Amino acid sequence: MAKRKLIDLAHARSGDKGDSANIGIIARQPEYYPILVSQVTAERVKEHFEGVCLGKVERFEVPNLGALNFLLHQSLDGGGTVSLKADPQGKTYSTALLRMEVDVDSL
Amino acid sequence: MIRIANGQGFWGDSLEAPVQQVRHGPIDYLTLDYLAEVTMLILQKQRSRDPKAGYARDFVDMIGRVLPDLIERRVRVIANAGGVNPIACRDAVLEIAKKQDIEVKVATVTGDDIMARLDDFIHRGVELKNMETGEPLSAIRPRVESANVYFGAFPIAEALGRGAQIVITGRVTDTGLALAPMIHEFQWKADDWDRLAAGTIAGHTIECGAQCTGGNCQVDWETIPNLADIGYPIIEAEHDGSFAITKHAGTGGRVTVASVKEQLLYEMGDPREYITPDCVADFTTIKLEQAGPDRVRFTGIRGRAATQFYKVSISYAAGYKAIGSMVYAWPDAYKKARAADKILRERLGHLGLKFDAIRTEFLGANACHGIAAAEPSPEMARDLAEVVLRFGVRSSDRVSAERFTREIAPLALNGPPVVSGLGLGRPRVEQIVAYWPALIPKSEVKPEVTVWPSEN
Repeated sequence: MAKRKLIDLAHARSGDKGDSANIGIIARQPEYYPILVSQVTAERVKEHFEGVCLGKVERFEVPNLGALNFLLHQSLDGGGTVSLKADPQGKTYSTALLRMEVDVDSL
Repeated sequence: MIRIANGQGFWGDSLEAPVQQVRHGPIDYLTLDYLAEVTMLILQKQRSRDPKAGYARDFVDMIGRVLPDLIERRVRVIANAGGVNPIACRDAVLEIAKKQDIEVKVATVTGDDIMARLDDFIHRGVELKNMETGEPLSAIRPRVESANVYFGAFPIAEALGRGAQIVITGRVTDTGLALAPMIHEFQWKADDWDRLAAGTIAGHTIECGAQCTGGNCQVDWETIPNLADIGYPIIEAEHDGSFAITKHAGTGGRVTVASVKEQLLYEMGDPREYITPDCVADFTTIKLEQAGPDRVRFTGIRGRAATQFYKVSISYAAGYKAIGSMVYAWPDAYKKARAADKILRERLGHLGLKFDAIRTEFLGANACHGIAAAEPSPEMARDLAEVVLRFGVRSSDRVSAERFTREIAPLALNGPPVVSGLGLGRPRVEQIVAYWPALIPKSEVKPEVTVWPSEN
């Protein structure tokens, strides 16, 4: 087992829905998808975004795209025009999530 | 097969993209999205100053540039450029056509503006509860500045059926702009849920312009060719609901399964329930295939019955904010920025101002990724070439926000050393316009389609 950053296994895009951010992560190879499903849980994502995501994290599986979609509630300081953040729409959260480390046999 | 192009992913997108879509290859329809959630309020303010304003002026200028091409190539245009004043937008387009001695049939879709009816709705028990918090609209009613229903594709399809070459709408869904020509051309029925879902997903794929053709794409981004002349997306739609996403030959960018997947997940909630006025689309049924260079084929899409509600976008005044910044240079740039933050907070504390929120970010250190990027290491904190201190306040009290804006610049002379004000001067106080999403029963509102010159 070795630790790898998610960015080696997945690419991603993020955006906003009000004060929630969404992050979709996509397996770079079909065989990586089960690793994402088993290790990138809603609980781990909530922990990863400690201090950023103040609400709950929901996870949705999109197996046909080899993807997971996360909704991070209360993560944008009110969102859109209300927010004081430099990234009020969570556009950079995609690679923030890809900093997470996962255990892999080999790549 | 029909070709539906997107030439504008948001108001502020490339002015050249629509021209490229019309001139650089064959298309049948050009769709353009101009309305973000807050745009309606800006347009509302423009209209209150001038009854002939309140729409996307960029759209009219663009039509002026390409109108002869549109006529010659028989390209039909669908745009939500009408904002809060689709009729004035139509008149401006007709005026430009007249100047060029061109006859063109222009339709408007209106009826989305429900501002004048809000009190009646509330009185009759239509609460327009906030979809995120559950609060009824009455809680903020006096502060509401605009209220618009999102209509779907069918009124646009009606306008096309009545012969319009240019369709100008107020608030409609982005996906409806692209779905409408499919409904019109293929005569899809209002309960043909699978095909409506397919057209909706096609619309979602192109609604952000080049974000599906290699723009903002993480996979092999350095090798994506010629982003300077990136091709905007085109749907090649078939009668059975299958379609391909592509772009004009010879343009830059790249259309791959990867670039398309990123866009599919953009602004996604529950992928099994993508709700529009036209249907509920299921993103977990999509089958993707790289069908050639710069061509991705979509099949297998399933949908379910539409809900009985329209979404409403309401904007309201929610206090004030101001954001200022200073840049601190090596050495110890991060440490100095942190010290300046502390000093600033102390000074604001002494002044006894009222803030609902104060937020500091350190650009260059960890602003975008927050805790996920962790605190800079001691070496990094010492060695960073520069760090931008970005300091923002939010307040219901304008005077407090104004007073704050005077406290940034003095730091240059009376705070930690080696600092520049970025040449930005004093920060500006902005009124916050917040967004209130709600639902309304479809029976309460009706889209109106008008074609000019009229059919008779």
